[in-house]
Amino acid sequence: MLNIKNLHVTVDDKEILKGLDLTVNAGEVHAIMGPNGSGKSTLANVLAGREGYTITKGSIDYEGKDLSGMAPEVRAREGIFLAFQYPVEIPGVNNIYMLKAAVNAKREYIGEPPLDAVEFLNLVKEKVKLVKLKEELLNRSVNEGFSGGEKKRNEIFQMAVLEPRLAILDETDSGLDIDALKIVAEGVNSLRNRDRAIILVTHYQRLLNYIVPDQVHVLFDGRIIKSGHRELALKLEEKGYDWVKSEAAA
Amino acid sequence: MATKTHDVETLVKKEYEHGFFTDIESDTVAPGLNEDVIAFISRKKNEPDWLLEWRLKAYRHWLEMEEPRWAHVHYPPIDFQDISYYSAPKTKQDGPKSLDEVDPKLLETYEKLGIPLHEQKLLAGVAVDAVFDSVSVATTFKEKLADAGVIFCSFSEAVQEHPELVRQYLGSVVPAADNFYAALNSAVFTDGSFCYIPKNTRCPMELSTYFRINASKTGQFERTLIVADEGSYVSYLEGCTAPMRDENQLHAAVVELVALDNASIKYSTVQNWYPGDEEGKGGIYNFVTKRGDCRGVNSRISWTQVETGSAITWKYPSCLLKGDNSVGEFYSVAVTNNYQQADTGTKMIHIGKNTRSTIISKGISAGHAENAYRGLVRITAKAENARNYTQCDSLLMGDKCGAHTFPYIEAKNASAQVEHEATTSKIGDDQLFYCMQRGISEEDAVNMIVNGFCKEVFKELPMEFAVEAQKLLGVTLEGAVG
Ligand SMILES: Nc1ncnc2c1ncn2[C@@H]1O[C@H](COP(=O)(O)OP(=O)(O)O)[C@@H](O)[C@H]1O
Ligand SMILES: [Mg+2]
Repeated sequence: MLNIKNLHVTVDDKEILKGLDLTVNAGEVHAIMGPNGSGKSTLANVLAGREGYTITKGSIDYEGKDLSGMAPEVRAREGIFLAFQYPVEIPGVNNIYMLKAAVNAKREYIGEPPLDAVEFLNLVKEKVKLVKLKEELLNRSVNEGFSGGEKKRNEIFQMAVLEPRLAILDETDSGLDIDALKIVAEGVNSLRNRDRAIILVTHYQRLLNYIVPDQVHVLFDGRIIKSGHRELALKLEEKGYDWVKSEAAA
Repeated sequence: MATKTHDVETLVKKEYEHGFFTDIESDTVAPGLNEDVIAFISRKKNEPDWLLEWRLKAYRHWLEMEEPRWAHVHYPPIDFQDISYYSAPKTKQDGPKSLDEVDPKLLETYEKLGIPLHEQKLLAGVAVDAVFDSVSVATTFKEKLADAGVIFCSFSEAVQEHPELVRQYLGSVVPAADNFYAALNSAVFTDGSFCYIPKNTRCPMELSTYFRINASKTGQFERTLIVADEGSYVSYLEGCTAPMRDENQLHAAVVELVALDNASIKYSTVQNWYPGDEEGKGGIYNFVTKRGDCRGVNSRISWTQVETGSAITWKYPSCLLKGDNSVGEFYSVAVTNNYQQADTGTKMIHIGKNTRSTIISKGISAGHAENAYRGLVRITAKAENARNYTQCDSLLMGDKCGAHTFPYIEAKNASAQVEHEATTSKIGDDQLFYCMQRGISEEDAVNMIVNGFCKEVFKELPMEFAVEAQKLLGVTLEGAVG
């Protein structure tokens, strides 16, 4: 589904990703771990098509299409979803009004008729249960006055409604207490299926107790320096990043 | 003066020789302004002497006045002798013959706003003979209003049919010599709207000039007078949400509102005149004086405006809070794009006891536009326990535009509570990207964010108006980001 080859990315003329390779197949969950500043969010942003990130070398192939020239909204309609590390507040814009616009933009793109108000509300009611989001948050302004945990849950709720093919969760676990973490993990797990791939960007292996990944990658200084399975995350926690660093250097 | 009056007589006589009624389409006076022209206008409109005197007095004041230069706007000097101050309704041959002759950009806008074809023709000034829905609707409305005792007619009609009311209230809120443009308007106004709501009457519908669009083209010096008698309520919608084709460059309107004891007036405007092209050429200069007088106890006047048009807007809808416990409100969205300039705001003058005022101003600038908010809150010495809350937010799109805030607060009574909050923000790349990452186009995302920013004002607009105002905002800001 996703095939990244030798990806080099600069931000403000500074090279952040320095030859990153990653292959993710449909149905898989990949965890990307790495210390602060290693380029995890950069990768997430590049996949989502954020402005200001220049691909200087390498390629990103998504479902047989070259992503590099594709506008962010088109990527979204093609099924790429990014759960933001820091979801932004949009004052005055109703949370589910925005979501409805998003759903219908996607439906229009794939040639389906827009959902009417009733159909959309039914969809919302069904999905809101997955992440146990308080219903009163639905009609507030997007993320405005939400607690940190509520913002993260709102991201997963949006993901559930938009049903992406490829979801990238950027540190969705940070700042969550254990109960909130479990709820988010359950939500994500319920969205796992054969056709959907998920990339979990995380700092802590704790999340992987609840969402068991197919593969774990260590991103360090703009490159994936080690890949493995669930055990790699545990070992990382035990031995720290220096261990992989020295092993990679060896 | 004698010779001048004589001139007018000969002029009128000459007209008469040509056949006053049959040749009405040709009577437009030559450019220029003097007492003869004013007398000519008054005569044409068959006005009583007192009104002519009133106009002349205004004119003489105007001659002594100087054009204000304090506003944060720039434009070449206006030659007031180069304007024709009276023009009969346009002939059918003057307008475009069909929509093919209308500026395609204007039509594109109409389409985006979802305006039906026959109304597009109406707005674009295309000569059409068919009877429109809106005209028949207007007739039905008139009957319903008459049943309630509400008077709603053109200003000219009011001068003929209800001269005592006009005489009692005209200029009682905005005196003829109030300011340069108000004085000019008082001297040469040609038409406008008049509305009177009798005691203890709730006006049975929203009053809208929209329904008179075909009946009277009110021209550049419009005059509106609304009187809400004791215990009455009226909601008045000014204008129409589509950009009007208009050849007049200078507009100087006056609006006067009077609310007596326990009366309430809600006045909503969506102003969307031609702003000029992308380089700033053409476009309307809009210099308006709008003032509401909360004359009675417990009265309330609420201004809501959405300003997206005009090249230059100079406008400060104000409230005189004379009655004890009276309430003044001002909710405004002013949008400027390209080379538009807007200097708007409000004045809240607290005179009575326990008077309250609220000001919510949202300024949006894009392109090279300049947007200034100017607000005065004055608490006079006798105004015990007056309260004001002002919130003034600016949103910038791009980095070539400007926003300026000039709050003036004068409190002469120690019991006053005045609160002022101001913010300036740039439309966030983060917010845009967030929406786009969810599949929403950039244009829709900008729309959504801007509408969110304006929400507190839009919720004050009557429903259908609010929907149209939102669409209009989208059209105005198209291409402003990215
Ligand atoms: N907009 C930016 N301008 C300049 N440097 C940036 C920008 N965004 C991120 N960086 C730098 O890129 C590196 C990687 O950042 P990021 O991808 O956010 O790391 P992570 O998510 O792994 O913590 C860091 O050194 C960070 O300082
Ligand atoms: Mg990060």
